[in-house]
Amino acid sequence: MFYRENGQFKASYVEDQRIFKVQQDRVAIIAIVAIAALLVPMLASDYLLRALLIPFLILSLAAIGLNILVGYCGQISLGTGAFMAVGAYAAWNLGVRVPETPLLLQILAGGACATAIGVLFGIPSLRLRGLYLAVSTLAAQFFLDWAFLRIPALTNYSTSGSVSVGSLSFFGLPVESAAQKYLFCLGFVVVFAVIAKNLVRSGTGRQWMAIRDMDIAAGVIGIRPAYAKLTAFAVSSFIVGVAGALWGFVHLGAWEPLAFGLDRSFQLLFMIIIGGLGSIAGSFFGAAFIVLLPIVLTNVPELFGLPLSVDTAAHLEHVVFGALIVIFLIAEPHGLARLWSIGREKLRLWPFPY
Amino acid sequence: MGFFLETFLGGLMTGLLYALIGLGFVLIFKASGVFNFAQGAMVLVAALAMARFSGWATEALGSMVLGNVLAFLMSVAFMIAVAIVIERLVLRHLVNQELTTLLMATLGITYVLDGLGQMVFGSSVYTIDVGMPKEPLFLFEGVFEGGMLINPDDLIAAGVAATLVATLALLFQYTKVGRALRAVADDHQAAQSVGIPLGRIWVVVWAVAGIVALVAGIVWGSKLGVQFSLSTVALRALPVVILGGLTSVPGAIIGGLIIGVGEKVSEVYLGPFVGGGIEVWFAYVLALVFLLFRPEGLFGEKHIDRV
Repeated sequence: MFYRENGQFKASYVEDQRIFKVQQDRVAIIAIVAIAALLVPMLASDYLLRALLIPFLILSLAAIGLNILVGYCGQISLGTGAFMAVGAYAAWNLGVRVPETPLLLQILAGGACATAIGVLFGIPSLRLRGLYLAVSTLAAQFFLDWAFLRIPALTNYSTSGSVSVGSLSFFGLPVESAAQKYLFCLGFVVVFAVIAKNLVRSGTGRQWMAIRDMDIAAGVIGIRPAYAKLTAFAVSSFIVGVAGALWGFVHLGAWEPLAFGLDRSFQLLFMIIIGGLGSIAGSFFGAAFIVLLPIVLTNVPELFGLPLSVDTAAHLEHVVFGALIVIFLIAEPHGLARLWSIGREKLRLWPFPY
Repeated sequence: MGFFLETFLGGLMTGLLYALIGLGFVLIFKASGVFNFAQGAMVLVAALAMARFSGWATEALGSMVLGNVLAFLMSVAFMIAVAIVIERLVLRHLVNQELTTLLMATLGITYVLDGLGQMVFGSSVYTIDVGMPKEPLFLFEGVFEGGMLINPDDLIAAGVAATLVATLALLFQYTKVGRALRAVADDHQAAQSVGIPLGRIWVVVWAVAGIVALVAGIVWGSKLGVQFSLSTVALRALPVVILGGLTSVPGAIIGGLIIGVGEKVSEVYLGPFVGGGIEVWFAYVLALVFLLFRPEGLFGEKHIDRV
């Protein structure tokens, strides 16, 4: 009844080209951002912020980055964790070597370094596709993991690549308490989500999608595959690098290469598959699902008073996690974003569907 | 010279072991177009099953040989059951889905198999003892000073791998099932329309891949012990199939040999200069360089694009 677009006419091109064409959507998104920015930091406990919301925000940012590459441009990547690591270590290096660098610049510089490495490892995509490409991005993952562990110059000669950051401040404002960190991340996520959403509906984004759907045909109609693929790698790695820098600086504080291992890459891939390939909103859904799932899985048996040994619980978590992924793929291969859009279509006609 | 040859030969042996795992990838990819990430988990589960069954059977029968044979048969039956369950519960529902979806599904299967296998069979380190000789052999002692050191279990493993490949090649080329497999690999729909039962063929392929995983699990398990890390060995074998070409059985073998030798030789001669541990990524980078020149791997089918 309330979600109606009757009478909302698009009278100008500006109105026609809005991201959210329905007024109710605009209101909802502003409300969500307002609640996230104002209410949540006041009400949420420190634990909730540190253990759930901050990881959720940073991982959604990384998922958006990966979704641009995989969902929009169709280039499978299994090296996301490594690109996050590049972002984190590059930002950290800048901070250590030029101590006066502001935090924002460090994080963006991390993103820029990740872009360079991402484009470098994206070059094989000009020749390879599908699984062969997936494996070549695995090469990036293993090589970079090793590099941060074994090349001491990259980690300023700290043992086994473990580094830590001191207190953070953003243009004089401290980023110390959970609420401050949360707001800091939220700012990044909102800005990058808007940028990404606009990019994917721009000319560049359309080129990516053309390449994804069929690269030969796209080439025939005049899209340069090399340009389209490498820009996708560049944009994706930049966002992933920023997410990596945030993950290291804000969430972990101290980390070693293992924090950005292969598991992280798989986790992010799961997020965008479950959330929905080729959907910015889906990246958020997927991140929420993957962040919540382990917590639910560890708490549910306790709720029923089932005594499980730590060992069994860990294995059971594995099993349920894997099974859920398979069930999900069978039930809804297009992810949560598709469920969401189906729900919205239903809602538009409710309560008088024809 | 002796040392170089020793490294080289060691690499060849390791390469054959990689090829053994790679074979599982190739089989499933050839017959169903699914890239089976779960191959590593299957190796782990098969090895766990073998280790536990052989423990029980040896105790029950009192003879190691009989016990191992019985355990092997039980493990084969177990892997076939796993194949049937996977087909029933997962693959059947994912016919005609995109490649990435199927890839993700096998990742899900990996998690389930890893968890379930360790829940059922226990997660401590087990040993498989199939009576492989352990004493190292010295070859060519007359030719070089000190001769060359070779592990006989490596030799046996190499023999097993060679036999397995030959058997599979014959199976693919000369039996009715083999012909059906090739037909399915070529075109699902066309194969179905001439009356080839797709579901049953997939069960056969996954069962064969399971048995290959079992053999790989026994060989690796008796070398390294059966534990979770066995599951990650598959990741080391991945560049092997990529290098050799995903659709080629001989490619897996030759890729395995190239990677095995490259890995060992580079670790010994290049490793000390860059800090060591380059085994982890060397295979991948080597495969990547090969791929830049031959995007379908060495022996993979050439991909023809039509708009």
